[in-house]
Amino acid sequence: MYTQALDSPAESAGTSDEPERLERFQARIDRDEKIEPKDWMPEAYRQALIRQIAQHAHSEIVGMLPEGNWITRAPSLRRKAVLIAKVQDEGGHGMYLYSAAETLGVSRGQLIAQLLAGRAKYSSIFNYPTLSWADIGAIGWLVDGAAIMNQIPLCRCSYGPYARAMVRICKEESFHQRQGFEIMLTLARGSDAQRAMAQDALRRWWWPSLMMFGPSDAHSVHTAQSMRWKIKRFSNDELRQRFIDVTVPQAEFLGLSVPDPALHWDEATRHYQPGPIDWSELQTVLKGEGPCNHERLEARRAAHEAGRWVREAAAAYAQKHRGLEHGADAS
Amino acid sequence: MSATADDLTAQAGPQERFEYVLRLADTSLIAGQRLAALLGHAPALEEDLALGNIALDLIGQARLLLALAGRIEARGRDEDALAFLRDAQEFRNVSLVEQPNGDFAQTIVRQCLLDAWQLEMYESLAGSRDLQLADIAQKAVKECRYHWRFSAGWLVRLGDGTDESRARVRSALDTLWRFTDELLTPDVLDARMAVCGIGPAPVLIRERWQTRVRATLAEGGLEWPRHQHYRWHGKRGEHTEHLGHLLAEMQALPRAYPGVTW
Repeated sequence: MYTQALDSPAESAGTSDEPERLERFQARIDRDEKIEPKDWMPEAYRQALIRQIAQHAHSEIVGMLPEGNWITRAPSLRRKAVLIAKVQDEGGHGMYLYSAAETLGVSRGQLIAQLLAGRAKYSSIFNYPTLSWADIGAIGWLVDGAAIMNQIPLCRCSYGPYARAMVRICKEESFHQRQGFEIMLTLARGSDAQRAMAQDALRRWWWPSLMMFGPSDAHSVHTAQSMRWKIKRFSNDELRQRFIDVTVPQAEFLGLSVPDPALHWDEATRHYQPGPIDWSELQTVLKGEGPCNHERLEARRAAHEAGRWVREAAAAYAQKHRGLEHGADAS
Repeated sequence: MSATADDLTAQAGPQERFEYVLRLADTSLIAGQRLAALLGHAPALEEDLALGNIALDLIGQARLLLALAGRIEARGRDEDALAFLRDAQEFRNVSLVEQPNGDFAQTIVRQCLLDAWQLEMYESLAGSRDLQLADIAQKAVKECRYHWRFSAGWLVRLGDGTDESRARVRSALDTLWRFTDELLTPDVLDARMAVCGIGPAPVLIRERWQTRVRATLAEGGLEWPRHQHYRWHGKRGEHTEHLGHLLAEMQALPRAYPGVTW
């Protein structure tokens, strides 16, 4: 799962850092060396990474909710087991990513506090509801498909701990994408009601999936610095186009129609050309006014509050039996 | 002349074996269904992952056992037909596992009481004369060891944590203790299976369960709860009100769209 706010503001890159150090740093990046936690790095690089990794981690954690919504109603035991494993993987991704962020000097507790206070971003896609079983297929196929497009290049990100976390995450995401497509295929080849369910899911998830890649390059002012630092390797529009080119033939294979009357194959560019994206919708969701922003944050807050006494108990126990037991962080 | 192992297995009729396997299968299924609902809502990320793991193991056990039950019954019902197309009174899980998740103390107490039982059951069933059941038990027992380590660890931590955690865990024990007699009190079928060499001797399970749970309660500074008479017989289909709601949710799709593939 991924967040579209890839182009985290890099602020004024390294105003307080000496030019020679910055040059040496940039030279290491240009040689494709990995930057490791104990290496010197410009403060703006550190902050840009913290913001991006935290948004990614939060997206994994919040992303557990829309899919978790169908675990108790999965229509077969095999589907139930696969969905539990998938949602659990997302929790695991959140954990590696929070750990990667911790190497940059910020704790998981601090990052979670920011999320719960509504000060941190996560992917807009998780603010949409899962209304039918087909949505579980559509999320795997489209949302995880889009995530993979975004994340494969991150395996070569200049920051070592993030790049290494992404290698493992990408392997699991590709399994998620396949299981999503397989759900869609089963529905598309099933009864009329199942096909209608699949079509409706594609209708609702198509545009939000395209918006996952973030604003168009024309409106994305931070891409250049992130590219120079090799935090980001392709622009939002390049990745979005790649996703469309891969996904449209898959929809045709499923016999489902993409909800974009203007979509067509452009022989000149050898790409599918989509109709205009309604960016005002993305802005609305990012502002916190999407269909489920309120529910998602409330669910995270409720779990955190309900778990407070448990974390306190674990900490108290660990305190009493110091050195004998592992305790949880009571943050 | 003494009967051989095969003769003994053969003495247990398919209907009895079906019922017995269903008890194990449904207990895992309903426990897994309950835990899975917590994924994404646990007190910490580590607990989300652990509860998800346990739920996954339990659903996995249920699938193997339901498939075995379907083969024994030989009426063409597969794991999904048995899970999704039976009504509450046809379910054979112990009543403990259908109790709501409640707070984390209630979830942990329910799981701990179950884990101690499943661990002893599968340890014994691993040597069952029903070789298919023994195979499943050999896999399940490894999982149950981990489940027990997790839930017993938390029971101790909550018992010996803060005043609040101790009060909550005591309250959960008081709420759920009345369902433990069903785990430990054999009925005719449990006794029959033991005689046939398929199931363990119930007295053995009771003793080992009590030893295990007593030691863990003591480690957490918790008293053995007072005995409460039990009224629920989930093993023969007499359930609490909770199971109907759980099944209404779990079975919604296969019931609404019969005969399709998912």
